[in-house]
Amino acid sequence: MGLLTSSISITRYKVNGELQTPIKESIYNGLRKNLIQDIDKQPIDRVIGWTSFENPYIPDFQEESLFFGSHIIFSLRIDKKTLPTKLIKKFVAIETAKLLKQSGREFLSTNEKKTIREEVIDRLNQGIPATPNIYDVIWNYEEKTLWFLSNLKAANEELETLFLKSFDLTILRLFPYTGAYFMKTLSDSEKDLLTNVASTQFSE
Amino acid sequence: MIDMAAAYNRYKFLGYEFLTWIWYTLEHEPEKLTDADHNEIDLKIGNRLVLENRTNNNIESITIKGDDPGLEEGLLALKKGAFVTEMELFLQEGDFQWQFSIKGESLNMSGIKTPATGPIEQKDDIEGAVLEKIFLLEKPVSLLDTLYEKFIKAKISPGWNQDTAHKIKKWITP
Repeated sequence: MGLLTSSISITRYKVNGELQTPIKESIYNGLRKNLIQDIDKQPIDRVIGWTSFENPYIPDFQEESLFFGSHIIFSLRIDKKTLPTKLIKKFVAIETAKLLKQSGREFLSTNEKKTIREEVIDRLNQGIPATPNIYDVIWNYEEKTLWFLSNLKAANEELETLFLKSFDLTILRLFPYTGAYFMKTLSDSEKDLLTNVASTQFSE
Repeated sequence: MIDMAAAYNRYKFLGYEFLTWIWYTLEHEPEKLTDADHNEIDLKIGNRLVLENRTNNNIESITIKGDDPGLEEGLLALKKGAFVTEMELFLQEGDFQWQFSIKGESLNMSGIKTPATGPIEQKDDIEGAVLEKIFLLEKPVSLLDTLYEKFIKAKISPGWNQDTAHKIKKWITP
């Protein structure tokens, strides 16, 4: 539960659009549709999905663990298997030697080498568990704001993609331009001024 | 509304100028820094300030850190044309303190430390702790919005060059 840790990072978003009613059902459906899948004992090396905030390792979306006051809280989980290069190299060498011995040849074709490498990686991936990375999402549906508790570029990009896929809503990251553009108090003429604003050189 | 990726790069300078403006305002016009309810705030620069100077395709990065660091070197870097890329801030309200960093180019917040929430001793305590934590996090987030709005309004005002920018320039190069 990143939200309850002592040091937090926040990337802020504006949520565009509205969910189909009943809203709670749309949220449950969106989350369940892209629930994190278990890839242990499988050749897949990476998976991304939603998980529950309170139970990120055994995802189960219950109303009391999803809706907190006016906030909807869940987590993005990215599970990844990382194989040490030296381990791949070792097993590729072993498999290459085996094939050379069986075939009586001195060299393997590029395609054969590629196949061996892919098979080795798939086999090794089946033997190691994926490491989970969990990032909390705090969505204030009424305010159309969303906090993602990570500043990592890759994790933010995954969030933007999965959110759109799950809820059919786009989220816009708030950075210096968008943070100003979406200010409630900025008039249209001020938005024009903002778009044309130039940097100031403070030093002589 | 222009393309997002292009806007990110094109307007990074707004974030850098915003952090420089916070620094100047904290030192010379602290009464201007108020929260959303127009109350004066007890805000100060924390233990880390990062500046960057880009000249002739070279990037020089200057990090000032430590407890209550002297910022003279930072001011000197500003004089040489550097801009503030990251700033840690301490916000005090009564006995409570918030600590957080703002990155200029993205306005991302990191290292946010809030006053402690109540202990979680059983499952039923989670909801209370979560709501309390969100409430505590809204403090620095809302402050950032309020300050950024003040800065943007000043930046796009006709008086920016003659007033605010002029004062900041005078502060950097007296």
